[in-house]
Amino acid sequence: MPVYYDTQIDSALMLGTAQYPSPAIMAQAFHAAQAGIATVSLRREGGAGQDFHKLIKGLNIPVLPNTAGCHSVREAVTTAQMARELFETPWIKLEIIRDDDTLCPDVVALVEAARILSDDGFQVFPYCTEDLSVCGRLVDAGCRVLMPWGAPIGSGRGLNNVYGLRSVRAHFPDIPLVVDAGIGLPSHAAQAMELGYDGVLLNTAVAKAGDPVAMARAMALAIEAGRLAHQATPIEARDMAAPSTPVFGMAALGQGGMA
Amino acid sequence: MTETTILGAGVMGLAIATELTSRGIRPRIIDPAGKPGSHACSWRAGGMLAPYCEGESAEPVVLRLGRDAADWWQAQGTEVIRRGTLVLAPSRDRAELDRFARLTESHSALDAAGIAELEPELEGRFSRGLFYATEAHLNPRAALLTLRDRLAEQGIQIETEGTPSGLVIDARGYAARDQLPDLRGVRGEMLVLRCPEVNLTRTVRLLHPRIPLYVVGRGDGIYMIGATMLETGGKYRVTARSAVEMLNAAYALHPGFAEAEILELGSDARPAFPDNLPRLRRRGSTLFANGLYRHGYLLAPALARMTADYLTTGKKPEFMDEDHP
Repeated sequence: MPVYYDTQIDSALMLGTAQYPSPAIMAQAFHAAQAGIATVSLRREGGAGQDFHKLIKGLNIPVLPNTAGCHSVREAVTTAQMARELFETPWIKLEIIRDDDTLCPDVVALVEAARILSDDGFQVFPYCTEDLSVCGRLVDAGCRVLMPWGAPIGSGRGLNNVYGLRSVRAHFPDIPLVVDAGIGLPSHAAQAMELGYDGVLLNTAVAKAGDPVAMARAMALAIEAGRLAHQATPIEARDMAAPSTPVFGMAALGQGGMA
Repeated sequence: MTETTILGAGVMGLAIATELTSRGIRPRIIDPAGKPGSHACSWRAGGMLAPYCEGESAEPVVLRLGRDAADWWQAQGTEVIRRGTLVLAPSRDRAELDRFARLTESHSALDAAGIAELEPELEGRFSRGLFYATEAHLNPRAALLTLRDRLAEQGIQIETEGTPSGLVIDARGYAARDQLPDLRGVRGEMLVLRCPEVNLTRTVRLLHPRIPLYVVGRGDGIYMIGATMLETGGKYRVTARSAVEMLNAAYALHPGFAEAEILELGSDARPAFPDNLPRLRRRGSTLFANGLYRHGYLLAPALARMTADYLTTGKKPEFMDEDHP
Protein backbone atom coordinates (compact mmCIF):
# COMPACT_ATOMS: atom_id res chain seq x y z
CA MET A 1 0.00 0.00 0.00
CA PRO A 2 1.23 3.50 -0.77
CA VAL A 3 3.31 5.61 1.57
CA TYR A 4 3.11 9.36 1.03
CA TYR A 5 5.54 11.45 3.04
CA ASP A 6 5.98 8.69 5.64
CA THR A 7 2.25 8.14 6.05
CA GLN A 8 1.03 4.73 5.03
CA ILE A 9 -2.42 4.69 3.44
CA ASP A 10 -4.63 1.62 3.37
CA SER A 11 -5.92 2.06 -0.15
CA ALA A 12 -4.47 3.11 -3.49
CA LEU A 13 -7.61 5.09 -4.28
CA MET A 14 -7.86 8.81 -3.64
CA LEU A 15 -11.40 10.01 -4.21
CA GLY A 16 -12.59 13.56 -4.81
CA THR A 17 -15.56 15.10 -3.01
CA ALA A 18 -17.12 17.32 -5.68
CA GLN A 19 -20.20 16.96 -7.86
CA TYR A 20 -22.05 14.15 -6.07
CA PRO A 21 -25.86 14.18 -6.15
CA SER A 22 -25.83 14.65 -2.37
CA PRO A 23 -23.43 14.47 0.57
CA ALA A 24 -25.21 11.30 1.67
CA ILE A 25 -24.43 9.60 -1.65
CA MET A 26 -20.87 10.91 -1.44
CA ALA A 27 -20.44 9.24 1.94
CA GLN A 28 -21.86 5.97 0.60
CA ALA A 29 -19.51 6.14 -2.39
CA PHE A 30 -16.51 6.62 -0.10
CA HIS A 31 -17.59 3.64 1.90
CA ALA A 32 -18.06 1.48 -1.20
CA ALA A 33 -14.72 2.59 -2.60
CA GLN A 34 -12.85 2.09 0.66
CA ALA A 35 -10.94 5.16 -0.46
CA GLY A 36 -7.76 5.90 1.45
CA ILE A 37 -7.74 9.66 1.01
CA ALA A 38 -10.41 12.29 0.39
CA THR A 39 -9.44 15.27 -1.73
CA VAL A 40 -11.28 18.51 -1.21
CA SER A 41 -11.24 21.84 -2.96
CA LEU A 42 -10.99 25.03 -0.99
CA ARG A 43 -12.23 27.09 -3.82
CA ARG A 44 -15.25 26.74 -6.03
CA GLU A 45 -16.13 23.25 -7.11
CA GLY A 46 -15.71 21.44 -3.87
CA GLY A 47 -16.82 24.40 -1.90
CA ALA A 48 -15.45 26.34 1.01
CA GLY A 49 -18.32 26.13 3.46
CA GLN A 50 -17.90 24.96 7.01
CA ASP A 51 -20.95 22.74 6.68
CA PHE A 52 -19.38 20.87 3.81
CA HIS A 53 -16.01 20.60 5.52
CA LYS A 54 -17.73 19.03 8.49
CA LEU A 55 -19.15 16.39 6.18
CA ILE A 56 -15.69 15.72 4.72
CA LYS A 57 -14.15 15.36 8.14
CA GLY A 58 -16.98 12.96 8.97
CA LEU A 59 -15.60 10.53 6.37
CA ASN A 60 -12.84 9.74 8.88
CA ILE A 61 -10.03 9.31 6.38
CA PRO A 62 -7.04 11.55 5.73
CA VAL A 63 -7.95 14.70 3.82
CA LEU A 64 -5.82 16.01 0.96
CA PRO A 65 -6.89 19.60 0.34
CA ASN A 66 -6.24 20.93 -3.14
CA THR A 67 -5.74 24.26 -4.83
CA ALA A 68 -8.15 23.55 -7.70
CA GLY A 69 -9.27 26.72 -9.40
CA CYS A 70 -6.03 28.59 -8.76
CA HIS A 71 -4.46 30.34 -11.74
CA SER A 72 -1.27 31.76 -10.26
CA VAL A 73 1.56 30.94 -7.87
CA ARG A 74 0.40 33.52 -5.38
CA GLU A 75 -3.18 32.28 -5.40
CA ALA A 76 -2.07 28.69 -4.93
CA VAL A 77 0.28 29.53 -2.07
CA THR A 78 -2.42 31.51 -0.25
CA THR A 79 -4.94 28.74 -0.77
CA ALA A 80 -2.46 26.17 0.52
CA GLN A 81 -1.90 28.21 3.66
CA MET A 82 -5.63 28.43 4.26
CA ALA A 83 -5.94 24.68 3.72
CA ARG A 84 -3.21 23.96 6.25
CA GLU A 85 -5.07 25.92 8.90
CA LEU A 86 -8.48 24.59 8.06
CA PHE A 87 -7.61 20.90 7.81
CA GLU A 88 -4.59 20.89 10.10
CA THR A 89 -2.44 19.02 7.59
CA PRO A 90 0.85 19.81 5.84
CA TRP A 91 -0.44 17.97 2.76
CA ILE A 92 -1.47 19.98 -0.25
CA LYS A 93 -2.44 18.82 -3.69
CA LEU A 94 -0.96 21.58 -5.77
CA GLU A 95 -2.95 22.40 -8.85
CA ILE A 96 -2.37 25.50 -10.95
CA ILE A 97 -4.41 25.80 -14.10
CA ARG A 98 -3.33 27.71 -17.14
CA ASP A 99 -6.50 27.46 -19.18
CA ASP A 100 -10.04 26.75 -17.99
CA ASP A 101 -11.05 24.85 -21.10
CA THR A 102 -8.38 22.18 -20.93
CA LEU A 103 -7.62 22.52 -17.21
CA CYS A 104 -4.05 21.83 -18.29
CA PRO A 105 -1.53 22.24 -15.45
CA ASP A 106 0.65 25.34 -15.70
CA VAL A 107 3.86 23.44 -15.12
CA VAL A 108 6.08 26.52 -14.92
CA ALA A 109 4.04 28.07 -12.13
CA LEU A 110 3.70 24.65 -10.55
CA VAL A 111 7.44 24.21 -10.08
CA GLU A 112 7.78 27.66 -8.56
CA ALA A 113 4.86 27.17 -6.17
CA ALA A 114 6.09 23.69 -5.23
CA ARG A 115 9.44 25.15 -4.17
CA ILE A 116 7.84 27.94 -2.11
CA LEU A 117 5.49 25.53 -0.38
CA SER A 118 8.12 22.82 0.24
CA ASP A 119 10.44 25.42 1.78
CA ASP A 120 7.53 26.45 3.99
CA GLY A 121 7.13 22.92 5.33
CA PHE A 122 4.31 21.72 3.12
CA GLN A 123 4.22 18.19 1.76
CA VAL A 124 3.31 18.82 -1.82
CA PHE A 125 1.35 16.50 -4.15
CA PRO A 126 1.73 18.25 -7.52
CA TYR A 127 -0.84 17.70 -10.27
CA CYS A 128 1.45 17.69 -13.31
CA THR A 129 1.85 16.40 -16.82
CA GLU A 130 3.81 13.26 -17.68
CA ASP A 131 6.75 15.35 -18.89
CA LEU A 132 9.98 13.93 -17.46
CA SER A 133 11.70 17.30 -17.18
CA VAL A 134 8.78 18.80 -15.28
CA CYS A 135 8.67 15.78 -12.99
CA GLY A 136 12.41 16.12 -12.37
CA ARG A 137 12.06 19.82 -11.57
CA LEU A 138 9.27 19.05 -9.12
CA VAL A 139 11.40 16.50 -7.33
CA ASP A 140 14.24 19.06 -7.22
CA ALA A 141 11.76 21.52 -5.71
CA GLY A 142 11.10 19.13 -2.85
CA CYS A 143 8.14 17.04 -4.00
CA ARG A 144 8.22 13.42 -2.82
CA VAL A 145 5.04 12.47 -4.64
CA LEU A 146 4.19 13.08 -8.30
CA MET A 147 0.69 13.11 -9.72
CA PRO A 148 0.81 13.12 -13.53
CA TRP A 149 -2.49 13.33 -15.39
CA GLY A 150 -4.01 10.53 -17.37
CA ALA A 151 -6.05 12.96 -19.46
CA PRO A 152 -7.62 16.39 -18.84
CA ILE A 153 -9.70 16.72 -15.67
CA GLY A 154 -13.20 15.37 -16.06
CA SER A 155 -12.64 14.16 -19.61
CA GLY A 156 -12.89 10.47 -18.76
CA ARG A 157 -10.52 9.61 -21.61
CA GLY A 158 -8.26 7.30 -19.65
CA LEU A 159 -4.48 7.21 -20.03
CA ASN A 160 -3.69 9.33 -23.08
CA ASN A 161 0.02 8.68 -23.05
CA VAL A 162 0.80 5.27 -21.65
CA TYR A 163 4.36 5.42 -22.89
CA GLY A 164 4.89 8.72 -21.08
CA LEU A 165 3.41 7.44 -17.83
CA ARG A 166 5.56 4.31 -18.07
CA SER A 167 8.63 6.49 -18.55
CA VAL A 168 7.84 8.50 -15.43
CA ARG A 169 7.55 5.27 -13.48
CA ALA A 170 10.88 4.07 -14.84
CA HIS A 171 12.67 7.35 -14.13
CA PHE A 172 11.35 7.81 -10.61
CA PRO A 173 11.32 4.33 -9.12
CA ASP A 174 11.44 5.62 -5.54
CA ILE A 175 8.88 8.40 -5.77
CA PRO A 176 5.23 7.47 -5.09
CA LEU A 177 3.29 8.11 -8.30
CA VAL A 178 -0.44 8.72 -8.61
CA VAL A 179 -2.38 9.07 -11.84
CA ASP A 180 -4.55 12.11 -11.25
CA ALA A 181 -7.41 13.06 -13.58
CA GLY A 182 -8.81 11.68 -16.79
CA ILE A 183 -10.01 8.36 -15.41
CA GLY A 184 -13.44 7.46 -16.82
CA LEU A 185 -13.69 3.71 -16.40
CA PRO A 186 -12.43 1.07 -13.98
CA SER A 187 -10.29 -0.34 -16.79
CA HIS A 188 -8.41 2.98 -16.94
CA ALA A 189 -7.73 2.81 -13.23
CA ALA A 190 -6.62 -0.81 -13.49
CA GLN A 191 -4.26 0.12 -16.30
CA ALA A 192 -2.61 2.82 -14.18
CA MET A 193 -2.01 0.33 -11.42
CA GLU A 194 -0.70 -2.28 -13.88
CA LEU A 195 1.92 0.28 -14.89
CA GLY A 196 3.18 0.16 -11.34
CA TYR A 197 1.64 3.39 -10.12
CA ASP A 198 1.08 3.66 -6.40
CA GLY A 199 -2.35 5.17 -6.59
CA VAL A 200 -5.14 6.69 -8.62
CA LEU A 201 -7.04 9.90 -7.94
CA LEU A 202 -10.47 10.27 -9.47
CA ASN A 203 -13.70 12.15 -8.87
CA THR A 204 -15.97 12.81 -11.85
CA ALA A 205 -16.05 9.19 -13.00
CA VAL A 206 -17.71 8.22 -9.72
CA ALA A 207 -19.62 11.38 -8.81
CA LYS A 208 -21.28 11.78 -12.21
CA ALA A 209 -22.00 8.11 -12.84
CA GLY A 210 -25.68 7.20 -12.88
CA ASP A 211 -25.03 5.12 -9.76
CA PRO A 212 -22.03 6.66 -7.99
CA VAL A 213 -21.97 4.04 -5.25
CA ALA A 214 -21.81 1.12 -7.68
CA MET A 215 -19.13 2.88 -9.71
CA ALA A 216 -17.11 3.55 -6.57
CA ARG A 217 -17.09 -0.15 -5.82
CA ALA A 218 -16.14 -0.95 -9.42
CA MET A 219 -13.19 1.43 -9.21
CA ALA A 220 -12.03 -0.12 -5.94
CA LEU A 221 -12.11 -3.61 -7.45
CA ALA A 222 -10.29 -2.47 -10.59
CA ILE A 223 -7.57 -0.73 -8.62
CA GLU A 224 -7.04 -3.78 -6.50
CA ALA A 225 -6.94 -5.97 -9.61
CA GLY A 226 -4.38 -3.69 -11.27
CA ARG A 227 -2.26 -3.54 -8.13
CA LEU A 228 -2.17 -7.32 -7.78
CA ALA A 229 -1.45 -7.72 -11.49
CA HIS A 230 1.58 -5.46 -11.23
CA GLN A 231 2.90 -7.33 -8.20
CA ALA A 232 2.39 -10.60 -10.01
CA THR A 233 4.81 -9.52 -12.80
CA PRO A 234 2.67 -9.75 -15.93
CA ILE A 235 3.91 -11.52 -19.02
CA GLU A 236 5.17 -9.47 -21.91
CA ALA A 237 3.03 -9.03 -24.98
CA ARG A 238 4.49 -10.77 -28.04
CA ASP A 239 3.85 -10.87 -31.73
CA MET A 240 3.51 -14.61 -32.17
CA ALA A 241 1.15 -17.02 -30.49
CA ALA A 242 2.66 -18.95 -27.62
CA PRO A 243 0.49 -21.98 -26.89
CA SER A 244 -0.20 -22.65 -23.25
CA THR A 245 -0.20 -26.35 -24.01
CA PRO A 246 2.54 -27.88 -26.17
CA VAL A 247 1.25 -29.16 -29.49
CA PHE A 248 4.24 -31.29 -30.39
CA GLY A 249 3.38 -34.93 -30.13
CA MET A 250 -0.36 -34.51 -29.85
CA ALA A 251 -2.61 -36.92 -31.65
CA ALA A 252 -3.18 -35.50 -35.10
CA LEU A 253 -6.92 -35.02 -34.77
CA GLY A 254 -8.68 -33.51 -37.71
CA GLN A 255 -6.52 -35.25 -40.31
CA GLY A 256 -8.27 -37.81 -42.37
CA GLY A 257 -11.83 -36.63 -41.79
CA MET A 258 -12.64 -37.74 -38.28
CA ALA A 259 -16.03 -36.02 -38.37
CA MET B 1 -57.67 20.96 16.62
CA THR B 2 -55.13 22.84 18.67
CA GLU B 3 -53.75 26.17 17.67
CA THR B 4 -51.00 26.15 15.01
CA THR B 5 -48.34 28.76 14.32
CA ILE B 6 -46.20 28.73 11.20
CA LEU B 7 -42.80 30.43 11.34
CA GLY B 8 -41.64 31.78 8.00
CA ALA B 9 -43.51 33.16 4.99
CA GLY B 10 -41.37 31.62 2.29
CA VAL B 11 -42.57 28.94 -0.07
CA MET B 12 -42.66 26.25 2.62
CA GLY B 13 -44.54 28.26 5.22
CA LEU B 14 -47.11 29.68 2.82
CA ALA B 15 -47.72 26.32 1.14
CA ILE B 16 -48.36 24.70 4.50
CA ALA B 17 -50.65 27.57 5.54
CA THR B 18 -52.58 27.16 2.30
CA GLU B 19 -52.94 23.42 2.68
CA LEU B 20 -53.98 23.69 6.33
CA THR B 21 -56.53 26.40 5.55
CA SER B 22 -58.09 24.24 2.86
CA ARG B 23 -58.68 21.61 5.52
CA GLY B 24 -60.29 23.93 7.98
CA ILE B 25 -57.28 24.68 10.16
CA ARG B 26 -56.57 28.38 10.49
CA PRO B 27 -52.89 28.79 11.32
CA ARG B 28 -51.13 31.91 12.49
CA ILE B 29 -48.12 32.91 10.37
CA ILE B 30 -45.21 34.83 11.85
CA ASP B 31 -42.48 36.33 9.70
CA PRO B 32 -40.52 39.39 10.81
CA ALA B 33 -40.68 40.81 7.27
CA GLY B 34 -44.47 40.66 7.27
CA LYS B 35 -44.66 39.51 3.66
CA PRO B 36 -42.91 37.26 1.17
CA GLY B 37 -39.69 38.89 0.06
CA SER B 38 -35.98 38.75 -0.48
CA HIS B 39 -35.26 37.40 3.01
CA ALA B 40 -36.55 34.02 1.77
CA CYS B 41 -34.45 32.01 -0.66
CA SER B 42 -37.65 31.04 -2.50
CA TRP B 43 -37.84 34.68 -3.64
CA ARG B 44 -34.81 34.04 -5.87
CA ALA B 45 -35.82 30.63 -7.16
CA GLY B 46 -36.13 29.74 -10.82
CA GLY B 47 -39.67 28.49 -10.36
CA MET B 48 -39.14 25.52 -12.66
CA LEU B 49 -41.61 22.70 -12.21
CA ALA B 50 -39.29 20.26 -13.92
CA PRO B 51 -39.41 16.90 -12.16
CA TYR B 52 -38.00 15.00 -15.12
CA CYS B 53 -34.98 17.22 -15.68
CA GLU B 54 -34.26 17.21 -11.96
CA GLY B 55 -34.02 13.42 -12.22
CA GLU B 56 -30.55 13.96 -13.65
CA SER B 57 -29.19 14.38 -10.14
CA ALA B 58 -32.14 13.95 -7.77
CA GLU B 59 -33.47 10.75 -6.24
CA PRO B 60 -36.51 9.19 -7.98
CA VAL B 61 -38.73 10.27 -5.10
CA VAL B 62 -38.32 13.90 -6.19
CA LEU B 63 -39.93 13.02 -9.50
CA ARG B 64 -42.77 11.16 -7.80
CA LEU B 65 -43.53 13.92 -5.30
CA GLY B 66 -43.03 16.72 -7.80
CA ARG B 67 -45.18 15.39 -10.60
CA ASP B 68 -48.38 17.04 -9.31
CA ALA B 69 -46.77 20.34 -8.33
CA ALA B 70 -47.90 22.22 -11.43
CA ASP B 71 -51.52 21.24 -10.80
CA TRP B 72 -51.30 22.30 -7.16
CA TRP B 73 -49.93 25.73 -8.00
CA GLN B 74 -52.51 26.25 -10.70
CA ALA B 75 -55.27 25.29 -8.26
CA GLN B 76 -54.04 28.06 -5.93
CA GLY B 77 -54.60 30.65 -8.64
CA THR B 78 -50.98 30.93 -9.76
CA GLU B 79 -50.26 31.25 -13.45
CA VAL B 80 -48.45 28.09 -14.50
CA ILE B 81 -46.80 28.14 -17.90
CA ARG B 82 -46.89 24.70 -19.42
CA ARG B 83 -44.60 24.86 -22.40
CA GLY B 84 -42.08 22.24 -21.44
CA THR B 85 -38.31 22.44 -20.99
CA LEU B 86 -35.77 22.58 -23.79
CA VAL B 87 -32.35 21.15 -22.92
CA LEU B 88 -29.42 22.06 -25.16
CA ALA B 89 -25.67 21.67 -25.28
CA PRO B 90 -23.03 23.24 -27.51
CA SER B 91 -21.75 20.72 -30.02
CA ARG B 92 -18.46 20.27 -28.20
CA ASP B 93 -20.37 19.27 -25.04
CA ARG B 94 -22.55 16.69 -26.75
CA ALA B 95 -21.47 14.08 -24.25
CA GLU B 96 -23.29 16.11 -21.59
CA LEU B 97 -26.50 15.84 -23.58
CA ASP B 98 -26.11 12.09 -23.95
CA ARG B 99 -25.54 11.74 -20.25
CA PHE B 100 -28.53 13.92 -19.40
CA ALA B 101 -30.76 11.89 -21.75
CA ARG B 102 -29.60 8.63 -20.20
CA LEU B 103 -30.31 9.77 -16.65
CA THR B 104 -33.76 11.28 -17.26
CA GLU B 105 -37.09 10.20 -18.73
CA SER B 106 -40.07 11.63 -20.62
CA HIS B 107 -38.04 13.49 -23.19
CA SER B 108 -37.92 13.47 -26.95
CA ALA B 109 -34.80 14.07 -29.01
CA LEU B 110 -34.70 17.13 -31.22
CA ASP B 111 -32.58 17.98 -34.23
CA ALA B 112 -31.78 21.51 -35.42
CA ALA B 113 -35.12 21.81 -37.19
CA GLY B 114 -37.03 20.59 -34.14
CA ILE B 115 -35.26 23.14 -31.94
CA ALA B 116 -35.99 25.95 -34.39
CA GLU B 117 -39.63 24.95 -34.50
CA LEU B 118 -39.95 25.27 -30.73
CA GLU B 119 -37.78 28.35 -30.33
CA PRO B 120 -37.34 30.14 -33.67
CA GLU B 121 -34.65 32.47 -32.30
CA LEU B 122 -32.35 29.52 -31.63
CA GLU B 123 -32.43 28.46 -35.27
CA GLY B 124 -29.01 27.42 -36.52
CA ARG B 125 -27.39 27.62 -33.10
CA PHE B 126 -27.80 24.08 -31.82
CA SER B 127 -27.92 20.80 -33.66
CA ARG B 128 -29.26 18.56 -30.93
CA GLY B 129 -31.51 18.96 -27.94
CA LEU B 130 -33.98 17.27 -25.64
CA PHE B 131 -37.57 18.33 -25.08
CA TYR B 132 -39.49 17.62 -21.89
CA ALA B 133 -42.97 18.48 -23.11
CA THR B 134 -44.88 18.07 -19.85
CA GLU B 135 -42.75 20.33 -17.68
CA ALA B 136 -43.81 23.80 -16.57
CA HIS B 137 -42.68 26.89 -14.74
CA LEU B 138 -44.11 29.73 -12.72
CA ASN B 139 -43.05 33.12 -11.48
CA PRO B 140 -41.99 32.49 -7.86
CA ARG B 141 -42.63 36.00 -6.59
CA ALA B 142 -46.08 36.14 -8.13
CA ALA B 143 -46.80 32.67 -6.75
CA LEU B 144 -45.83 33.63 -3.19
CA LEU B 145 -47.84 36.85 -3.34
CA THR B 146 -50.85 34.95 -4.66
CA LEU B 147 -50.69 32.56 -1.73
CA ARG B 148 -50.32 35.50 0.63
CA ASP B 149 -53.35 37.28 -0.90
CA ARG B 150 -55.52 34.18 -0.79
CA LEU B 151 -54.70 33.62 2.85
CA ALA B 152 -55.43 37.27 3.59
CA GLU B 153 -58.82 36.92 1.91
CA GLN B 154 -59.57 34.27 4.49
CA GLY B 155 -58.46 36.51 7.29
CA ILE B 156 -55.01 35.05 7.81
CA GLN B 157 -52.48 37.86 8.01
CA ILE B 158 -48.73 37.52 8.36
CA GLU B 159 -47.75 38.77 11.81
CA THR B 160 -44.37 40.45 12.10
CA GLU B 161 -43.89 39.64 15.76
CA GLY B 162 -45.58 37.81 18.54
CA THR B 163 -45.20 34.64 20.56
CA PRO B 164 -45.93 31.41 18.75
CA SER B 165 -48.79 29.47 20.27
CA GLY B 166 -49.87 25.86 20.08
CA LEU B 167 -48.07 23.57 17.70
CA VAL B 168 -45.24 25.44 16.00
CA ILE B 169 -44.41 24.62 12.40
CA ASP B 170 -40.93 25.91 11.78
CA ALA B 171 -40.57 26.64 8.05
CA ARG B 172 -37.72 29.13 8.23
CA GLY B 173 -35.42 27.41 5.75
CA TYR B 174 -31.72 27.97 6.34
CA ALA B 175 -32.53 30.26 9.28
CA ALA B 176 -33.56 27.16 11.25
CA ARG B 177 -30.01 25.92 11.13
CA ASP B 178 -29.51 26.87 14.77
CA GLN B 179 -32.00 24.12 15.64
CA LEU B 180 -31.15 21.63 12.91
CA PRO B 181 -27.43 20.83 13.06
CA ASP B 182 -27.49 18.61 9.96
CA LEU B 183 -29.03 21.34 7.82
CA ARG B 184 -26.56 23.02 5.48
CA GLY B 185 -26.72 25.86 2.98
CA VAL B 186 -26.09 25.23 -0.70
CA ARG B 187 -25.39 28.56 -2.22
CA GLY B 188 -27.12 29.65 -5.37
CA GLU B 189 -26.48 32.78 -7.38
CA MET B 190 -28.84 34.19 -10.01
CA LEU B 191 -29.37 37.17 -12.25
CA VAL B 192 -32.44 38.92 -13.56
CA LEU B 193 -32.03 40.46 -17.00
CA ARG B 194 -34.26 42.63 -19.13
CA CYS B 195 -33.74 41.87 -22.76
CA PRO B 196 -36.71 42.55 -25.02
CA GLU B 197 -34.65 41.45 -28.03
CA VAL B 198 -34.64 37.88 -26.79
CA ASN B 199 -37.82 35.89 -27.26
CA LEU B 200 -37.64 32.51 -25.59
CA THR B 201 -41.02 31.04 -24.79
CA ARG B 202 -40.10 28.22 -22.43
CA THR B 203 -37.47 27.24 -19.90
CA VAL B 204 -34.16 26.51 -21.60
CA ARG B 205 -31.33 24.63 -19.95
CA LEU B 206 -27.84 24.81 -21.37
CA LEU B 207 -25.61 21.95 -20.31
CA HIS B 208 -21.96 22.50 -19.62
CA PRO B 209 -19.52 20.47 -17.53
CA ARG B 210 -18.68 23.43 -15.30
CA ILE B 211 -21.34 26.06 -15.82
CA PRO B 212 -24.77 24.55 -16.41
CA LEU B 213 -27.33 27.29 -16.90
CA TYR B 214 -31.05 27.72 -17.07
CA VAL B 215 -33.07 30.62 -18.41
CA VAL B 216 -36.64 31.12 -17.25
CA GLY B 217 -38.83 33.78 -18.80
CA ARG B 218 -40.77 36.14 -16.56
CA GLY B 219 -42.66 37.90 -19.33
CA ASP B 220 -42.14 41.42 -20.71
CA GLY B 221 -38.65 40.56 -21.90
CA ILE B 222 -37.45 39.71 -18.40
CA TYR B 223 -35.43 36.57 -17.79
CA MET B 224 -34.13 34.88 -14.71
CA ILE B 225 -30.71 33.28 -15.23
CA GLY B 226 -29.43 30.73 -12.78
CA ALA B 227 -28.01 29.24 -10.87
CA THR B 228 -24.78 28.23 -9.27
CA MET B 229 -24.60 25.32 -6.82
CA LEU B 230 -21.85 25.93 -4.30
CA GLU B 231 -21.23 24.10 -1.07
CA THR B 232 -20.23 27.31 0.61
CA GLY B 233 -22.76 27.64 3.36
CA GLY B 234 -24.29 30.95 4.31
CA LYS B 235 -25.34 34.05 2.51
CA TYR B 236 -22.88 36.01 0.45
CA ARG B 237 -23.22 38.34 -2.46
CA VAL B 238 -22.76 37.21 -6.04
CA THR B 239 -19.11 36.82 -6.96
CA ALA B 240 -17.75 38.45 -10.08
CA ARG B 241 -16.72 35.07 -11.33
CA SER B 242 -20.20 33.58 -11.05
CA ALA B 243 -21.73 36.60 -12.73
CA VAL B 244 -19.23 36.48 -15.58
CA GLU B 245 -19.66 32.75 -16.09
CA MET B 246 -23.44 32.87 -16.07
CA LEU B 247 -23.52 35.83 -18.44
CA ASN B 248 -21.06 34.10 -20.76
CA ALA B 249 -23.21 31.01 -20.80
CA ALA B 250 -26.33 33.08 -21.46
CA TYR B 251 -24.53 34.76 -24.34
CA ALA B 252 -23.51 31.37 -25.70
CA LEU B 253 -27.18 30.37 -25.64
CA HIS B 254 -28.45 33.51 -27.33
CA PRO B 255 -26.20 36.40 -28.38
CA GLY B 256 -29.09 38.78 -27.80
CA PHE B 257 -28.34 38.59 -24.08
CA ALA B 258 -25.26 40.73 -24.71
CA GLU B 259 -27.54 43.75 -24.82
CA ALA B 260 -29.47 42.86 -21.69
CA GLU B 261 -29.87 45.22 -18.76
CA ILE B 262 -28.91 43.60 -15.47
CA LEU B 263 -31.85 44.22 -13.16
CA GLU B 264 -30.73 42.13 -10.26
CA LEU B 265 -27.91 39.98 -8.93
CA GLY B 266 -29.03 37.66 -6.19
CA SER B 267 -27.51 35.04 -3.95
CA ASP B 268 -28.92 32.88 -1.20
CA ALA B 269 -28.50 29.60 0.69
CA ARG B 270 -30.76 26.69 -0.18
CA PRO B 271 -31.53 24.67 2.95
CA ALA B 272 -30.53 21.03 2.50
CA PHE B 273 -30.13 17.89 4.57
CA PRO B 274 -27.25 15.50 3.77
CA ASP B 275 -29.36 13.45 1.33
CA ASN B 276 -30.71 16.61 -0.32
CA LEU B 277 -34.26 15.42 0.42
CA PRO B 278 -36.82 17.36 2.45
CA ARG B 279 -38.31 16.14 5.67
CA LEU B 280 -40.56 16.92 8.58
CA ARG B 281 -39.05 16.56 11.98
CA ARG B 282 -40.92 16.67 15.26
CA ARG B 283 -39.19 18.08 18.33
CA GLY B 284 -41.55 18.46 21.25
CA SER B 285 -44.21 20.94 20.23
CA THR B 286 -42.31 22.04 17.14
CA LEU B 287 -42.61 20.46 13.72
CA PHE B 288 -39.79 21.43 11.38
CA ALA B 289 -40.55 21.43 7.66
CA ASN B 290 -37.31 21.99 5.85
CA GLY B 291 -34.65 20.81 3.40
CA LEU B 292 -36.35 21.66 0.13
CA TYR B 293 -32.88 22.21 -1.38
CA ARG B 294 -33.24 23.26 -5.02
CA HIS B 295 -36.79 21.93 -5.24
CA GLY B 296 -38.79 24.56 -3.37
CA TYR B 297 -41.68 25.02 -5.77
CA LEU B 298 -41.52 21.44 -6.97
CA LEU B 299 -41.74 19.80 -3.55
CA ALA B 300 -43.42 22.36 -1.27
CA PRO B 301 -46.93 21.18 -2.31
CA ALA B 302 -46.14 17.55 -1.44
CA LEU B 303 -44.50 18.48 1.85
CA ALA B 304 -47.40 20.80 2.72
CA ARG B 305 -49.83 17.94 2.06
CA MET B 306 -47.82 15.62 4.28
CA THR B 307 -47.82 18.23 7.03
CA ALA B 308 -51.57 18.71 6.79
CA ASP B 309 -52.18 14.94 6.71
CA TYR B 310 -50.04 14.53 9.77
CA LEU B 311 -51.85 17.26 11.69
CA THR B 312 -55.37 16.23 10.69
CA THR B 313 -55.13 12.44 10.67
CA GLY B 314 -51.90 11.65 12.50
CA LYS B 315 -50.72 9.82 9.40
CA LYS B 316 -46.98 9.46 9.54
CA PRO B 317 -45.51 11.27 6.56
CA GLU B 318 -43.13 9.61 4.15
CA PHE B 319 -40.42 12.07 5.09
CA MET B 320 -40.90 12.10 8.81
CA ASP B 321 -37.68 11.85 10.63
CA GLU B 322 -38.02 10.96 14.28
CA ASP B 323 -34.33 10.63 14.98
CA HIS B 324 -32.93 12.77 17.74
CA PRO B 325 -29.48 14.27 17.42
